[in-house]
Amino acid sequence: MSEAIIQLVDVVKDFGSQRILDHVNLEILPGRTTVIAGGSGQGKSVTLKLILGLLKPDSGTILVKGQDIAAMGRRELNEIRSIFGVLFQGSALLDSLNVFDNVALPLRERTRLNRDQTREQVVNTLLQLGLVGHDEKFPAQLSGGMKKRVGLARALQLQPEIMLFDEPTTGLDPEKTLEIYQLFFETQRKFKYTAVIVSHDIPKVFNLADQVVVLNGGKLVAFDRPEEIQLSEIPEIQSFVKATMGHLYHSSDME
Amino acid sequence: MIFKFIENLGDRALYNLNDLGRMGIFMLRSLSGIFKRPFRFRAVVRQIREIGANSFGVIFFTAIFTGMVLGLQGYYTLRKFGSEGMLGSAVSLSLLREMGPVLTALMVTGRAGSAMCAEIGIMRNSEQIDALECMAIDPFRYLITPKFIAILISVPLLTMIFNVVGIFGGYLAGVKMLGVNPGAFFSGMESSVVNKDISMGIIKSLVFAVLIVWICTGRGYFVDKIEGAGYGAEGVSRVTTQAVVLSSISILIWDYILTAMLL
Repeated sequence: MSEAIIQLVDVVKDFGSQRILDHVNLEILPGRTTVIAGGSGQGKSVTLKLILGLLKPDSGTILVKGQDIAAMGRRELNEIRSIFGVLFQGSALLDSLNVFDNVALPLRERTRLNRDQTREQVVNTLLQLGLVGHDEKFPAQLSGGMKKRVGLARALQLQPEIMLFDEPTTGLDPEKTLEIYQLFFETQRKFKYTAVIVSHDIPKVFNLADQVVVLNGGKLVAFDRPEEIQLSEIPEIQSFVKATMGHLYHSSDME
Repeated sequence: MIFKFIENLGDRALYNLNDLGRMGIFMLRSLSGIFKRPFRFRAVVRQIREIGANSFGVIFFTAIFTGMVLGLQGYYTLRKFGSEGMLGSAVSLSLLREMGPVLTALMVTGRAGSAMCAEIGIMRNSEQIDALECMAIDPFRYLITPKFIAILISVPLLTMIFNVVGIFGGYLAGVKMLGVNPGAFFSGMESSVVNKDISMGIIKSLVFAVLIVWICTGRGYFVDKIEGAGYGAEGVSRVTTQAVVLSSISILIWDYILTAMLL
């Protein structure tokens, strides 16, 4: 019996005639940070959507805590989704709600907390994530970095066991990127969640990762510790490392 | 050549069947949300304001000028037969049975239906609907069902308002401008309008309301699955146009079907 919290077994996903994931096998261990890396259109975000049950695989199995997510009905899916928190690429805040209501939404819809308890928890989270004073603003009035913080605050409300980050720093300047990674460190230390990060921002996320998954052409070409990936002699991985991390990090230079 | 044609025809048929099935399930899930607790009272009231109250101006102006045109046209037609006194009857029956429900539905489609489609489409494209699903919040109950309930309340009420304002428009044109006897205008109306005419209008407005909300929200919800719609803002704008056209045509087709059934 595997101890993996998320397991992809021989997963295939096609969109029309295009194969997005080609017999992918993957195990994500609890409490670890796994980075899914790869170029654009290599199936990284599709992998996240499959894990969340937003898409169904054409074949293969996706197990979350040992349960096959693709075979679940709507009610079971809702149950299992309550262990997830998701920070979407564009933050996906409801644009008709202000910051406070966006962060309070999961509490109002998924818990039996009364109005005061909800308010207290939301205010605490806003305080922790540096969002005090912005609670009346609407998403359209926020900067990209601020939206990510609100998205993270909302995702953490139900204290998820697994946090999924879809390109968490896309479109942010280096300063804001650093802020998001600091928040990631702080919140992971506090909530002790298993993190799955999909990112293009390879040099930076390699510092966060316990394990790195490299997808290329829909196939899983590497699944190892970041330092092993950087030193790999496999040509596909070498070219990926070269392309994403620059020549400085390449194994041949380190010998 | 012929095989390619048959293949394309088959692809098209399968796509349409798939689309119809998807829209059918969409309708069932939206309606089932009505019976799920807790009832989203505030969201429904907000939607009634959006769909109903904010459409009042459009409905008022459409109704008054439609009524005035009916008054003018009716007067000159009836005068040929020396029956100007029947003007009240002609205006009110035209409005209650046909013009009221149809024009109200078309106006609501143009004003609120397009807005609903664009709103849901943008939410789909910006992953807001995915975010709801990930938080285990049913997007149907949260987003779509309040619109269903609100439009089922708003459209029949707007139709009633349309009818009253339209009859007043006919009165202005016929009685105040062209000199038809007011007593004849109202007595003609009273003697010819029966309950069935009013209930026919209400039934039509309810069916049209369902068509508008189903097509407009459904097209927006599946913006990413509609063939040839494209992506992003362009996709949403194309699907919104498609939704308005499809709703309008459906309203006119169902108007004929309902008239044939109810007359």
